[in-house]
Amino acid sequence: MAISFIDKRLEGIYSKVLNNSRLSKEDGIYIYETHDLIGLGQVANHVRRSLHGNKAFYIYNQHLNYTNVCKNRCRFCAYARDRKEKGAYTWSIEEIEKRLLERIDEPVNELHIVGGLNEALTFDYFIDLLKTVKKIRPKATIKAFTSVEIDYLSTLAGLSIEQTIQQLKQAGLEMMPGGGAEILNSRIHKELFPRKINHKRWLEIIRAVHRAGIKTNATMLYGHIETIEERVDHLITLRELQDETHGFSAFIPLAFHSENTKLAHIPPTTAVDDLKNVAAARLMLDNFDHIKAYWVMIGEKLAQVALSFGADDLDGTIIEERITHMAGAKSAVGLTKEQMEDMITKAGFEPVERDSFYNPKTVV
Amino acid sequence: MNNLNKIIKKISANERIDINEGLKLFRQADFLTLASLANQKRFYYHPDKIVTYVVDRNINYTNICASGCRFCAFFVTPNKGRGYIISKKDLFDKIQETLDLGGTQILLQGGMHPDLDLDYYVDLLTYIKENFDIHIHGFSPPEIDFIAKKSSLSIAQTLLILKKAGLSSIPGGGAEILCDDIREKVSPNKCSSEEWLEVMRQAHAQGMRSSATMMFGHVEKDFHIFEHMDKIRNLQDETHGFTAFIPWTFQPDNTKILVKKKTAVEYLKVLAMSRLFLDNINNIQASWVTQGDKIAQTALFFGANDMGSTMIEENVVASAGVDFMLSKEELTRLITKAGFEPRQRDCYYNLL
Repeated sequence: MAISFIDKRLEGIYSKVLNNSRLSKEDGIYIYETHDLIGLGQVANHVRRSLHGNKAFYIYNQHLNYTNVCKNRCRFCAYARDRKEKGAYTWSIEEIEKRLLERIDEPVNELHIVGGLNEALTFDYFIDLLKTVKKIRPKATIKAFTSVEIDYLSTLAGLSIEQTIQQLKQAGLEMMPGGGAEILNSRIHKELFPRKINHKRWLEIIRAVHRAGIKTNATMLYGHIETIEERVDHLITLRELQDETHGFSAFIPLAFHSENTKLAHIPPTTAVDDLKNVAAARLMLDNFDHIKAYWVMIGEKLAQVALSFGADDLDGTIIEERITHMAGAKSAVGLTKEQMEDMITKAGFEPVERDSFYNPKTVV
Repeated sequence: MNNLNKIIKKISANERIDINEGLKLFRQADFLTLASLANQKRFYYHPDKIVTYVVDRNINYTNICASGCRFCAFFVTPNKGRGYIISKKDLFDKIQETLDLGGTQILLQGGMHPDLDLDYYVDLLTYIKENFDIHIHGFSPPEIDFIAKKSSLSIAQTLLILKKAGLSSIPGGGAEILCDDIREKVSPNKCSSEEWLEVMRQAHAQGMRSSATMMFGHVEKDFHIFEHMDKIRNLQDETHGFTAFIPWTFQPDNTKILVKKKTAVEYLKVLAMSRLFLDNINNIQASWVTQGDKIAQTALFFGANDMGSTMIEENVVASAGVDFMLSKEELTRLITKAGFEPRQRDCYYNLL
């Protein structure tokens, strides 16, 4: 397809894309710098359509944030609490059971389970948690724990990363989300989340998880103090690991929300930056199958638009999103299946309800 | 597909497209193809990377309205008790505050109040002009039509009297969809499409400029959107009095029309089509009031070159459950972050 670029420099990037040659770091930086948003969108849309045609995916899921008590206290987080702080909570196994049963009549296909690093919990709690979820929702996939939690669980268990993963896998863990990556470099680590594992450890754990046959997602938290170059380096780091393991399923750019965080002076990301991050991900991550437009963070309206800027997946229906809403997100806390399909159809795509591994859910 | 390419070629050659061609493009072209065409057209009309905005305030002099439009969540029927007519003190304070905030104009609109006559409006305008040096953008065609009928005057006479009292330009509201089969369904007591156009024709003839709007996403079909734009385009050929076109989506909360709200993609497609179809109107305005900041910023790449007003106060859309607010600082930040230069303008799109 011929594209009339307003920014002629995008022609070079487009011809690389058409020849299936990998984009360089300089290309990545230029993707963020160009003001030709539509030209860029058209290139990303070309890739998106050649991979997925007219399909746009979503999943019927449920989030379980088992605790907000966290010893890391990252500067960008509005969710975490200290153990004795007002609003701190930890769900017992009974509480988890209750929350699952409350929604047992809904066709939930995936449980997304993440939480803080709570020193009051033992490794057994996590094994119990997984087993309980599996018992109550045997058909749903358990997608749980970021690398940050896996690292912590291995110290709790006194086991190696590999052994820890094996134990969790036996208890029901099937997939892992991609959180805790933030921006994979030491400057950002030192400034924003010094107590959390650094990028080397994050990558090490993901590598081990992929080797154990568990797929994960990957994320990037953008819109705080990072530079464009740091974003591009982040994407290239993920691309290199993917070349090695092929264990990443989807990439999710996460727009930073500053309200109630220690970085409250930072204004929200704008639509142009959100769309560029989706397009940049689609174009730089040539070995990733899926790019998500996470509607919780960029809003339902822009997520719908993002389907034409490289995204092929709108993530989940969720119903009870907590983490981003604590940081001032104005999006809904959940979407119905009907709303999700309506958004996708009206954007000109075919909605496909999927499972955690992108198999379409066939109507029974 | 060949047909589609022919239409695209026409647009690229700056030739006019007709209703059928517009509809075909709207129905068949890919979302980003529309965006790309509209974006190029936008830069054809405005090669400078400038996005304008106006600092003003909506002043609704009354919420009492005999019209009873089914899409409206703002009005109160006469004798319902919750109605108001603005006091001179409130009016004074609101205008003073607007000027203090760097405002250059007020958008003066209100309901079709059965007890107010021409003297009221003349007095209102005179009072403002005696106290302030501010541009009055006021009274949409349904109000003018209502005042004229109530006073048994012609549209031209009514406009002349209001102009003499201080009215400078006419907002393009109350157009909704300029097709009488639709108007009968959603606003049966308001002026007809021909009456709406006649007010604008007369205003333009008297040297008053106006904007034009379109409210879509209620009971109209897609071809009505093009019929509406065709009527605006024809009148513009005749008068050249329209400064801008402002499409926005119907907000169904608290109204009597039960439909799903139009999505962002649907809004952006109509916006892009308005840039492509209205080849004789310079300015296309994004509607952050109905779309929110993110889609309004995105709209700058779908044909819009103007962000509308900072709206120190807005009541009508807010009554229908939408409460996006944008400060001047935030509005200019959005424009800058999109790679454009924000510039404050006056009612005639002159840069200030």
